[in-house]
Amino acid sequence: MRILAVIFCLVMSTLTVFGENRFPRPQFEKGYSMPETAVPVPRSALLESLDVAVLVLALSLAAWLVLRKRSRRGVFLLTIFSLIYFGFWRKGCICSIGAIQNVTLWLVDNQYALPLSAAAFFVLPLVFALMFGRVFCAAVCPLGTLQDAMVLFPVKVPSPVARALSLVPYIYLGLGVLFTATGAAFVICRLDPFVPLFRMSGELPILMTGVVLLLLGIFVARPYCRFLCPFSVLLNWMSRFSKWHATITPDECVKCRLCEKACPFDAILVPNAGQVSEPRVTGSRRLVLLLVLLPFLVIGGGWAGSRLDVVFARENATVRLADTIRLQDQSALNELAFERETFEGSGKKIEELYKQAGILRSRFRTGGWIFGGFTGMVFGFFLIGGSVKRTREFYEPDRGACLSCARCFMSCPKERQRNKIITN
Amino acid sequence: MELFEKKGKDGKKNKPQSRRDFIRSVMRGVFLAVFGIFSGAVLLGRRCSRAGGADNGRACTGCPDLSKCKLGYDSLARPVSKRRTVWQLDPAKCIQCGRCATNCVLESSAVKCVHRFEMCGYCKLCFGFFQPGAGSLTSAAENQLCPTGAIRRRFVDEPYYEYTIDESLCIGCGKCVKTCGAFGNGSLVLQVRHDRCVNCNECSIARNCPAGAYSRVPADQPYLIKSALKVS
Repeated sequence: MRILAVIFCLVMSTLTVFGENRFPRPQFEKGYSMPETAVPVPRSALLESLDVAVLVLALSLAAWLVLRKRSRRGVFLLTIFSLIYFGFWRKGCICSIGAIQNVTLWLVDNQYALPLSAAAFFVLPLVFALMFGRVFCAAVCPLGTLQDAMVLFPVKVPSPVARALSLVPYIYLGLGVLFTATGAAFVICRLDPFVPLFRMSGELPILMTGVVLLLLGIFVARPYCRFLCPFSVLLNWMSRFSKWHATITPDECVKCRLCEKACPFDAILVPNAGQVSEPRVTGSRRLVLLLVLLPFLVIGGGWAGSRLDVVFARENATVRLADTIRLQDQSALNELAFERETFEGSGKKIEELYKQAGILRSRFRTGGWIFGGFTGMVFGFFLIGGSVKRTREFYEPDRGACLSCARCFMSCPKERQRNKIITN
Repeated sequence: MELFEKKGKDGKKNKPQSRRDFIRSVMRGVFLAVFGIFSGAVLLGRRCSRAGGADNGRACTGCPDLSKCKLGYDSLARPVSKRRTVWQLDPAKCIQCGRCATNCVLESSAVKCVHRFEMCGYCKLCFGFFQPGAGSLTSAAENQLCPTGAIRRRFVDEPYYEYTIDESLCIGCGKCVKTCGAFGNGSLVLQVRHDRCVNCNECSIARNCPAGAYSRVPADQPYLIKSALKVS
């Protein structure tokens, strides 16, 4: 039998035609009905439109609950619904955070068709933030709502630490856009810590990161939202210019200090009238100095970013293959055995591969300049923001950082009065 | 703000506040305009099209050759509601490396072996079914190539046998696809099964595919099988 098989193989290998009718289809004598190859269809377009409709409804409801109804209970119930629908039912995909990359790819790649759902999931939360504040974060985002359920014993993160960590989302956003634009990968999706929990399967390190973040979230409220989420950067910007925004008190602030500890995300700004003691001229001088420093930070950051092109470019499969072949690194070559097999089978010349890798690397260099410049600029504005002191008379939410979760409302005696919980 | 303090003090008490509001509303207008342009471009923008189609054969900028378009230029010229895509692998590029079985985000990969019956030779000695050098041509476990025994062998007519794939057992490793393609008719191919695939924003297998066989394909033509299979 074995010999037969070997002979058969030898005969077959002489045939030049790949596949296709080496053995003609038999003519069956008896009535034989050939089974049909099943081709299960993807999720229907109707259901995809339903996702967008549910998103619009959830956002509208969230805005109404936060701004009009001022109901924490309502927001909480909507949170549960969103977690079930967008999280466990839709498995967290597509989400607004990942849609940043779809939009980036659409901008740089002429052959990429942006699906309607990706476009809607990107733009709708931003438009709502521009109108009503970050209601998307409050009750719609599956990643946010999952962490929101874990806010049990929130502690205050020391403010210098929190401020420094709030730079991380900017860098993450920059890297996410850079890697998408250079055709390396959708890193934001790949490193999404909570999607494996929704799917109940996934890569172990990422699954573990998700679990650790959730456990951390018991004390540090919503760690991913505040210190990692790249979409939070855009929502933060939009929310600063929002037309309406959640207020702590339904009336005028009486400065009773009762709301001071109500926010688990440290997003309540404390009145500082009469506390800014430094002379005005010192502040102005510092501001001018920082503004002069800004271009240097941008250029310095850009230069540093462009130096990282070798590191970044390794994320791209073509560059990785070219580098490995050029360096003849044996262990890496073994790892890329299948990639080499494909390349050698394609009949391309090695010079062609090197040239292609060179083009890609130069794209990473340009991208590195932009990414580094962006990081430098963010750092510059971070310094400026830290040095400009605004006078505040009353307790108010930090429009950029406030997640509109409605937790602080009931701490306000005026709100309790409004709800007839206390009289007088 | 301190720079402008003097200006504010000259006027009414609430003037700095209203200036801030003014800046806010201007910026809001700018961003709304940006989102409006974005939405318009997404909804109305068409990029490529076949000759005689919507834009009469206009290629995307930078696209050298319409026939080499990754997605199929027709789908780019479609209205946005029909521009849905799903992931699929091209059997012509597939080298059966086995990564489909291990790189999917799902516990049991969404990639399965698909049998195109109309191409099958119904061989008694099926190279997809039997281990190379199998002792006898029976469906005993030690003779089978499939690590999970997902291929079912049924006698039809001497010397012909019918082979069907049990997709609940198939892990998408492609071992049978490799041997069937090398020595047989190549009627077995790997395909992403869309009743299982969750259509990740970026397919985890696509990222790791050494042959670059994966691509986003239009959702109404979700399979890349050569024969004329139609979606019901």
